[in-house]
Amino acid sequence: MSTLPPSRVSADPALIRFENVSKTYPARKGAALVTALSGIDLSVPAGTILGVIGRSGAGKSTLIRLINGLERPSAGRVVIGDAEVSSLPERQLRAVRARVGMIFQHFNLLSSRNVADNVALPLELAGWKRAAIRARVAELLTLVGLEAQAGRYPAELSGGQKQRVGIARALATEPDVLLSDEATSALDPETTRSILALLKRINRDLGLTIVLITHEMSVIRAVADDVAVIDHGAIVERGTVYEVFTQPQAEVTRSLLAGEVGLDLPAGLAERISADPRPGGVPVLRLSLRGPQADTAILARLARETGIEAAILAGAVDEIGGQRFGSLAVGLSPGPDVTARAQAYLAALGIPADFLGYLPPAQEVAQDIAQNIAHGAARVA
Amino acid sequence: MGLPVSPELINLLVQATIDTLTMVALSAAIGTLLGLPLGVFLATSRRGELLAAPALNAALGVVVNATRSTPFIILVVAIIPFTRLVAGTSIGTYAASVPLTVAATPYIARLVEAAIREVDHGLVEAARAFGASPAQIIRKVLIPEAMPGIVLGLTLAVVSLIGYSAMAGAVGGGGLGDLGIRYGYQRFRPDMMLAVVVVLIVLVQVFQTAGDHLARRLNRRHRQS
Repeated sequence: MSTLPPSRVSADPALIRFENVSKTYPARKGAALVTALSGIDLSVPAGTILGVIGRSGAGKSTLIRLINGLERPSAGRVVIGDAEVSSLPERQLRAVRARVGMIFQHFNLLSSRNVADNVALPLELAGWKRAAIRARVAELLTLVGLEAQAGRYPAELSGGQKQRVGIARALATEPDVLLSDEATSALDPETTRSILALLKRINRDLGLTIVLITHEMSVIRAVADDVAVIDHGAIVERGTVYEVFTQPQAEVTRSLLAGEVGLDLPAGLAERISADPRPGGVPVLRLSLRGPQADTAILARLARETGIEAAILAGAVDEIGGQRFGSLAVGLSPGPDVTARAQAYLAALGIPADFLGYLPPAQEVAQDIAQNIAHGAARVA
Repeated sequence: MGLPVSPELINLLVQATIDTLTMVALSAAIGTLLGLPLGVFLATSRRGELLAAPALNAALGVVVNATRSTPFIILVVAIIPFTRLVAGTSIGTYAASVPLTVAATPYIARLVEAAIREVDHGLVEAARAFGASPAQIIRKVLIPEAMPGIVLGLTLAVVSLIGYSAMAGAVGGGGLGDLGIRYGYQRFRPDMMLAVVVVLIVLVQVFQTAGDHLARRLNRRHRQS
């Protein structure tokens, strides 16, 4: 971790804090006691975007609902700013909720109200005057690019437009926090990108703290600063998006990341690789390139300075959390001790190179390599 | 038909139609006034809901079911003392509106309850997330969203009340049913019977069409062209 920039997770004062929070649902009518969350410690610095990712049923829905008090913890404390949400009586909780906007997977717009009146709802609830509501709604519709749709009903809108209405509604009372409950899971990839870009813009321009839950790593990667991975009701991994993407620790994180950053080998290659050395076998290494390393001619330097040639079998070089990152699987040219020598040389440059196994002898594999290079190129594109 | 349409018959028919409409309008109006809040409460007082009060909910449910399962003609007779207390008499159109209202209220309550329970729970959660109180959720979310269903339910209730009102003749309530039985059946006037049935069919048709139309206009859940 020494090569990583200092994590900002604990640097800033937290706006939202979970302190040893657990949530259990009591046993009822044939259903056993369910532990949705246990021992959650989490803090979200003001102005950042935290992505919470996990498989369905991992507890992320419960976690996000604890923040605005839609759910109460069974133990522990949840704090926003100076308000202890977890112990506030319902009436005072409503005042806190006006400072916490929320958007939903299925939008949850009122079908009986048009776009403008949907956005007006939180303002009506907060007791705003009619004229003030009208002005604020116009402002919000401009912010999300729906001025022309003010008089239309949700049923007449596309999914992306509905979510924009949801975002405008969530921002109506100028909250400090925005909670996003799988807000893009019902949208197509292109609409997802535009909604995520809007969230990012809101975070930047309004300084809004955003907590979003998702089961898609691509969402985390597109907008989040920090990520918490949740599995079976516990946080199993926590860090900046860059840290978690480039050095995933937990098994569940690796599996959620599958296909995301070129960390796994193509199936055809993975099948052939074996841990046993064999005559003429090709040792395979995985190189993890971080920051500026990702842009250096690392394989050319390896060949020049150690005489070991490396063929790229699979890989990707990309940008994560604004930083360069690359993952390359390479096959080494035969020779004595090539694996150890290559690893030593790369380690000296600060590049981790994990040994993955041996491929069958070169001539057999030549074809595969050609194929896989083509495959790798496709992934990079 | 070849049957003579006498002015006497027309007069009787007009008066009976007015009586029927009076009874139906009174009982539907008061029944809605009482049944709407009762229905909302039945829908929102279940376990885990907005105004959770499972014990009271169960108790009200029993009362509602008891009223609904009592045959109307028996209800009319059984509550005569109550009718007398409210209307001052137990005979006549206004008096007949009392048992009709008593029958209509739980019926409307159940229809409203069903319409409210159809509202997507996500909308209630969203409203809560925006700081709505239970009263605000009922007023601004549940009732407006359930309105198409409530209108259809009320239409159904009005149509049923037109049928029930025919039995109001048992307490001298007058109306179309009463006319049909006394003239059409007891005095062997098939023309009168036919005329009564035709008017009833027309009334039901008119109310059902109007109700359907209104419900469709209120329903914004689907794309409208």
